[in-house]
Amino acid sequence: MDGKEIKAAPGDTVLKASKKAGIYIPTLCADKELEPYGGCRLCVVEIEGVRGQPTACTTPVAEGMKVLTQTPAVEKIRRTAIELIMSDHPADCLICVKNQRCDLQSAAAYLGINQYKFKRTSRAVNPDTSNPFFVRDLNKCILCAKCVRVCDEIRGVGAIDVAFRGFGSVIAAFGNQPIISSNCISCGSCVSKCPVGALYLKNEKRPDTEIVTVCTYCGVGCGLSIGVRGGQIARVLPDPNSEVNKGHLCVKGHFGVTEFVHHSERLTSPLIRVGNNFIKSTWNEALELVAMKLGKYKGPEVGVISSSKATNEENYLAQKFARVALNTNNVDQCARLCATPTLEALTAAFGCGAMTNPIGDISGAGCVLALGTNTTVSHPVLAMEIWRGVRRGSKFIVVNPKETELARWASLWLQNRPGSDAALLMGIAKVIVGEGLEDKEFIKGKCENYEAFKTSLNEYDLDFVENVSGISKEKITQAARIYGTVKPASIIYGSGITQHIYARDNVEAAANLAMLTGNVGKPSSGVNPLFGQNNVQGACDMGALPDMLPGYQNINKDEAREIFDAAWECQLEGTPGLTVTEMMKEAGEKKLKAMYIIGENPVISEPDSQHVIEALKKLEFLVVQDLFLTDTARLAHVVLPAASFAEKDGTFTNTERRVQLVRKVIEPVGDSHPDWWILCQLARRMETKGFEFANPSQIMEEIAGLIGEYAGISHSRLGSGGIQWPCPDKEHKGTPILHENGFIRGKGRFTPVEYREPREKPDAEYPLILTTERNRYHYQTGTMTRRVTGMDMLKHEEYLSISKTDAERAGIAGGEVVKVVSRRGELKVKAKISDDTPEGIVAMSFHFPGTPTNVLTDSFTEPSMRTPELKLTAVKVVKL
Amino acid sequence: MKEKITEIFTKFTDERDNLIPLLQKIQEELGYLPEESLKEVAKFLHIPESEVFGVGTFYSQFKLKPGGKKTVVVCRGTACHVKGGARIQKDIEKMLGVAPGETTPDMEYTLETVACIGACALAPNVVVDKEIFGQVNARKIKEMFAPAETGTTQD
Repeated sequence: MDGKEIKAAPGDTVLKASKKAGIYIPTLCADKELEPYGGCRLCVVEIEGVRGQPTACTTPVAEGMKVLTQTPAVEKIRRTAIELIMSDHPADCLICVKNQRCDLQSAAAYLGINQYKFKRTSRAVNPDTSNPFFVRDLNKCILCAKCVRVCDEIRGVGAIDVAFRGFGSVIAAFGNQPIISSNCISCGSCVSKCPVGALYLKNEKRPDTEIVTVCTYCGVGCGLSIGVRGGQIARVLPDPNSEVNKGHLCVKGHFGVTEFVHHSERLTSPLIRVGNNFIKSTWNEALELVAMKLGKYKGPEVGVISSSKATNEENYLAQKFARVALNTNNVDQCARLCATPTLEALTAAFGCGAMTNPIGDISGAGCVLALGTNTTVSHPVLAMEIWRGVRRGSKFIVVNPKETELARWASLWLQNRPGSDAALLMGIAKVIVGEGLEDKEFIKGKCENYEAFKTSLNEYDLDFVENVSGISKEKITQAARIYGTVKPASIIYGSGITQHIYARDNVEAAANLAMLTGNVGKPSSGVNPLFGQNNVQGACDMGALPDMLPGYQNINKDEAREIFDAAWECQLEGTPGLTVTEMMKEAGEKKLKAMYIIGENPVISEPDSQHVIEALKKLEFLVVQDLFLTDTARLAHVVLPAASFAEKDGTFTNTERRVQLVRKVIEPVGDSHPDWWILCQLARRMETKGFEFANPSQIMEEIAGLIGEYAGISHSRLGSGGIQWPCPDKEHKGTPILHENGFIRGKGRFTPVEYREPREKPDAEYPLILTTERNRYHYQTGTMTRRVTGMDMLKHEEYLSISKTDAERAGIAGGEVVKVVSRRGELKVKAKISDDTPEGIVAMSFHFPGTPTNVLTDSFTEPSMRTPELKLTAVKVVKL
Repeated sequence: MKEKITEIFTKFTDERDNLIPLLQKIQEELGYLPEESLKEVAKFLHIPESEVFGVGTFYSQFKLKPGGKKTVVVCRGTACHVKGGARIQKDIEKMLGVAPGETTPDMEYTLETVACIGACALAPNVVVDKEIFGQVNARKIKEMFAPAETGTTQD
């Protein structure tokens, strides 16, 4: 190249090779993660033996190729290309948001353009301001189509494309309608890609400083680069260096942070209940009161609900506070509602209850089996990995009663009945064994209990499975043949299979399937739960569980307790404590008298919420620590204002076991304080030793000393990127793939799974099945997202998704307010006729306290399973 | 309309290569491509709606709006241009009250232009449906669009 000998990899383009060699070729449409486009004609070069001037971005390198990047012919084409773009590009650089950050400016400057060569013209179209978060000003568009390509190639959405022809060409949504009317998911990836001022963020201020931290929403754990100006968040951008999100975010991470953090309703001082009112108090007064009150109760009378939103350090302190200061094992968090079946089943099968493989290797799988996950909505950035694989041609099997966006990507979609997942998976296993597709060597060498499992398959005659699941024998066989033969195969799953009364069966069946086909301990394989909250994994790791000490040490094992007794200078109780659901029950029976709830909103999130409210009202003393006065906090005796994730240091552990550093971006709002500080203050006032921490980094040191998987982790190490546990020592680089050198528990253990009918059954009175789901624009109980104006605009209220047939049967029309009644409660909600929802099933999210979906659900739990049935509730829909 | 489209789908597989043949077939059946049909095609081929719209608006053969009873095509080739094609186009636009690509409100005429029809010896040319009018001038235009005898005059 230019007379210099350079090396390139096979398949590299000339442009990529030039970058590697440090030779600059200007371009406006090339992007390292997008396919070559050849649209802007700036990267033209001359290649010996090739006619004309080919584009470097579309020409693959060849051995001995001679390339010239700076000839007069090349120069002339580049100048003309820029001059043509400039002929209809507005010359308002000084008032353009992209001024000094514009690729067109840079390219024009590089080529030394100093006059307009062509007659100036303009498109004169009104900017599209319909999206609440960004503007599309097509007057400035240079038609590089980066936005189109990122939307399709990377996000799998395809909201926009190039439409019309010639000078009339524009980037358009379907029908050339405003972007808001399209299937745009408002992720903002197009805005990040736009090289000019055609796509820009609304309300963006240029920041003074930028601080990298981790998103507070779902379990994917995307890196955020938060810009700060004058002590306020000025903008949130994706961290381009994060291995997790690689420069992309979802709508919540990108646009859902600033407003809730700085919201006027944030709690700014402690509140103490006097009669029916709250009065503001000082921290000293509130802490003294809480310490004095909590100190009065015996262990079994008090419970702590920690939070899978809080940091690892805070969860560690919360369970230590419960166990040491309050002398109780009654400590749990909302992982109870989605993650504990995974912990239990995968620990029993593999020896570790966590995602076996990293997010980044899902796209490398030959086959992906997705169970009960609406990934594009609940984990949008992780869905990009699935899409990458689908585009590459990997086989994609989706098991979901609803026609999710994933179902549209699928090569095979199994639309099963809610509650039939285990039966379906066992049916698939039966076909695999029946056709001899199992990995005999893997089973023999690495697993145990196979014969018992094989015997349990006898129960799953395909006629029976078809009958239970509603999936035809042919489709079950087809799925088995794909999953059984295409390697490597990865199973991913979400709360669709874990928020069930017999959820552990589902996870066990999934684990069986992976072992049966030898898909554990290898890249792009495994069993991969997708957790809903930022720190579900960490909160569990830290022992914020009634039966487990930090690092999943069983509380009833003497040798485990001895270690912690020594470390914490205490005498731990050996009997497991109560789960969240059990605490509510005991509170209702007045056996549990005081509760301390950190950052959770059980009034909205727990099943059978009417009973939760009644139970909490019966408590003698309730402390709630939160950002806002939630429906739960309204019932408290003392409310303590907590600092948000942007206002504290600490760590989150994402769904792939990656421990990442959370950095303080701004000072705590008002007089709020981080959870860890509040816990230390309380412990000190209760004269409990072992809470003398000056900062979260010191807490992590204690954690590293007690949890083997975290032994090599420290804040200073995490400064240069996250580490996936197990990380046993300071030199260890972390473990992306579990069980690579054999199962952690020794041998992988098959579990016979017996079919159990769901407890909740539809009947003549309650003929429909309600399943709870998530919406793209809101998060959990909506405490944060409903306070973001744009999210509220995109999704303002709850609705009940119902099929056309069921709506007609009930005599209701779309948009009509209807009554939904279950055996436990009822509510009113707007109906929405939806093609995605099959006959017999209706769906609602639970983001809106005005329509508290969980008044309908059942809080009953099996003693051996301890998770409630949130995905299956028999209801009727009544016309008003 | 939906039945007709569903019927057409039975003759095609859902590979994306079938996009253009499908659009052609639907236009042949319905006379144009209603928005709803584009959405159906996107669903059938598992491709984004925006992509179908992009293809539908790119090719001049596709019409997203119903056309008039008659299509008036003004030739804008070189020979016609020299012989006053631009003027002819202006006159017809004025006469019909629509720009190229548009249809008169009474759904009688759709006006279009074309680069060259190959009848340069007769320039300037105008084609109404399949009938060619050569050496068109202002008087002939008036005759062509006279209310009573629309499109019946001969050269």
